[in-house]
Amino acid sequence: MTEQAAIAPLTGLDSAPDLRRSWAERRALRSVTLTVGTWIAAVIASVPLFSVLYMLIVQGGSRLSLDLFTELPPAGFELGGGFGNAIVGTLVMVAIAAVISIPVGILAATYLAELSPESRLASGARFLAKVLTGFPSILAGVFVYAILVLAMGSYSAWAGGISLAVLMLPTVVLTAEEAMKTVPRRMKDAALGMGCTRTQMIWKIVLPTALPGILTGVMLGVARVAGESAPLLFTALFSNYWLTSLSEPTASLSILIYNFSSMPFDNQIELAWAASLVLVLLVLVFNIFSRILGRSRI
Amino acid sequence: MAANAFENAAPPGAITHPPSSNEYLVDRGFRFLAVCGASLIILLVGYILWKIGGLALPAIYNYHLGFLTSTNWNVADQKFGILPEIWGTLYSSLLALLIGGFFGLTVAIFLTQDFLPLRVALVFRTIIDMLAAIPSVVFGLWGIFVVIPAIRPIANWLNETLGWVPFFSSSLSGPGLLPAALVLAIMVLPTIAAISQDALHLVPYRTKEAAYGMGTTRWEAILKVMVPTAAGGIASAMVLGFGRALGETMALAMLIGNSNQISLSLFAPAQTLASLLASHFPEAGQVEVQALMYAALVLLAITLVVNMMGTAILTITQRRISGRS
Amino acid sequence: MLATQPSVSRATAPAPPLPIAIDCDVSKIFYGDFLAVRDSRVSVPKGSITGFIGPSGCGKSTVLRSLNRMNDMVPGFRLEGHVHFLGQDVYDASVDPVVVRRYIGMVFQQPNPFSMSIFDNVAFGLRLNRYKGNLNEKVEHALHRAALWDEVKDKQKASGLSLSGGQQQRLCIARAIATDPSVLLMDEPCSALDPIATRRIEELMLELKDDYTIVLVTHNMQQATRVADLTAFFAVDISHGGRTGYLVELGETAQIFQAPREQLTKEYVRGEFS
Repeated sequence: MTEQAAIAPLTGLDSAPDLRRSWAERRALRSVTLTVGTWIAAVIASVPLFSVLYMLIVQGGSRLSLDLFTELPPAGFELGGGFGNAIVGTLVMVAIAAVISIPVGILAATYLAELSPESRLASGARFLAKVLTGFPSILAGVFVYAILVLAMGSYSAWAGGISLAVLMLPTVVLTAEEAMKTVPRRMKDAALGMGCTRTQMIWKIVLPTALPGILTGVMLGVARVAGESAPLLFTALFSNYWLTSLSEPTASLSILIYNFSSMPFDNQIELAWAASLVLVLLVLVFNIFSRILGRSRI
Repeated sequence: MAANAFENAAPPGAITHPPSSNEYLVDRGFRFLAVCGASLIILLVGYILWKIGGLALPAIYNYHLGFLTSTNWNVADQKFGILPEIWGTLYSSLLALLIGGFFGLTVAIFLTQDFLPLRVALVFRTIIDMLAAIPSVVFGLWGIFVVIPAIRPIANWLNETLGWVPFFSSSLSGPGLLPAALVLAIMVLPTIAAISQDALHLVPYRTKEAAYGMGTTRWEAILKVMVPTAAGGIASAMVLGFGRALGETMALAMLIGNSNQISLSLFAPAQTLASLLASHFPEAGQVEVQALMYAALVLLAITLVVNMMGTAILTITQRRISGRS
Repeated sequence: MLATQPSVSRATAPAPPLPIAIDCDVSKIFYGDFLAVRDSRVSVPKGSITGFIGPSGCGKSTVLRSLNRMNDMVPGFRLEGHVHFLGQDVYDASVDPVVVRRYIGMVFQQPNPFSMSIFDNVAFGLRLNRYKGNLNEKVEHALHRAALWDEVKDKQKASGLSLSGGQQQRLCIARAIATDPSVLLMDEPCSALDPIATRRIEELMLELKDDYTIVLVTHNMQQATRVADLTAFFAVDISHGGRTGYLVELGETAQIFQAPREQLTKEYVRGEFS
């Protein structure tokens, strides 16, 4: 009693406020409801991934065998078959994309990070690279169709690879630039203080030190591009035979999945799932590489 | 040359010497190549616009802006119009944004506002990021064999009982707008979640402290302080997610039904600009190709504008927050 | 008053003047519109240690970095005057700063070894200049001279960044002297180090003096008295509304600290301002 009398004049309250938790408090109830709702939403958001993985492992896994890597795609009513040529085609076109986009990307990133970061050219290139990261992949295919397929008169692995390079380039440029920016200024000062030309400083100090970050970006770009299909529709199309020349239509895992998914044959559907499993594993491997590389910094 | 003067004046047997003419050449050459690399990006975007526009020119001449409002796609009569596709693109992407945005933001809040211990949050984040790694075709395949069968009973029930509602006015036999939009939502969720997480992480700790210090409940702090502070970044996440949805092709081509019609019904088949290109191109003759290029140009314009807006918002909010704190 | 002082006997005849390694005659240094330094003439004799002391903002680091054109990195930098080295004006339009830096070595305030092995750090300058001789010998020699050999001889492949702060700085010194530059610039090399590491580097400087000309910027007066033969005292001029550094007095260390000619010098060395 005396306690309360002592408190009252100080706080202006009639009685000491009850500081304990209470379920009756509307605010508390609302908060708990929202929390429960959030947990449910989070679980719902992760269901698709597990569902996809489940289908891949069960449906795709049931068809896993060595034949997949050695056989060619089956025609309509055939049984058996595989997609060895599609695996080769995907790997080849991803390799072409990497060979084109890595040097160009690193050169551009060097300009953006080291040589002239504040210039208008750098700001423009940086902005457009960011815009390009959201570029619809199908339009990359349309573009390369316009400049190469029409000129060559044929679909080709080259065209496919180049369209993938267009998609990979922004990722390589932006992550390489970020990686180079993390090289400490004082290390670069030390190199310049010893009489390095700008190029020597970049090659001897900046690039080696930034290499893990650059490789991460490259791997991420490769992972993204390996799963692409829309651009290949316009550039490499598809082929049911083994790869003999880079200038003819080329098979790929993603187009195989697309083609087979609409066929009314169980065999083809099973192969589509198996190809999906292989493709996802491939993309996963590249992703894991990129994370490992990202962590191994000196 | 001055360099030689140094070399001559230096003590004999000095270890250091000026760079050789080779090294100077390499220096200049490399810097030139770097300029080329950076310019290439700008030139590439320009070239893309120019080339696609060029191919579309005959169609632009023939159909003018009527292309955007006509609903025909008749190869024989050479009458083309993409209004259904524009409708389909916007409708599916908006739906995807609503669903994917809601879940993406919720996941972002879930991962950044101390609902989980850090390690577990990291695992969860990795799971969501893995969603982003799954190729579009695989999502399409999954959509055909899992999503469509799963929602068909519900959809048809809705159609039977609430068919008067425009959204439920048709039945779902196979592909349609809703399955496509659902899968699209799942595909943009990781993008929205990732950028929103970054935005929420950027909110200074002292802001959080101030909110809690005033006695807010956890959710009051989140909804009234954290999210509004991160609003710029979250907005850009939404815009960029929308941009991604606009450009998405394969999963949509496999799930949306490739039907040239405009309908409010969630269960009716539809068509987007991207799926139009994907489904018609392989068999198209020259005249149809020109019309398709026109459609591609429209798609390009829409996605470029949306992506530029999203990037601009992101850059501005990043600058503002780092200027503030 | 002061801890230690180099002993100079006034009875013997003064030694013949040493040849000048760098003759720095700065009339103005600008950063954009800001006049950072004015009227600073410093002649750095060969085979000696010249110390730059003064309060913060007095331009001592700016002048030091102007000697090897490191300030070119700073946007808006402009120097009016001459810096004569090896018979050339380093700021002549035809001179390439890259060449100048090949002949002048620099050690920075923060130790900055490269992200590579200890051996590769020291060998960097040698490889840069395509040294055709025995790399191992040269590296070992440099590490000895930098008083680091005993501590790293068994782990030359270890990363340079794995060393302690003091060791890293000695590594940077080894890297700088491996190519036998005629002049070594040191910009507050001990400010990031603990007193023990500082002592080692000061001893190092005294040993290196025989073979290299050293210019040392230090914010620690006592360090100047311990190692510098000549001392240049810079101060800040606020009389025209800005903060412009300038050279107040240049002379033998003993003279600067015991019998300074300028009033300002007297006040500074007495610790009346810093």
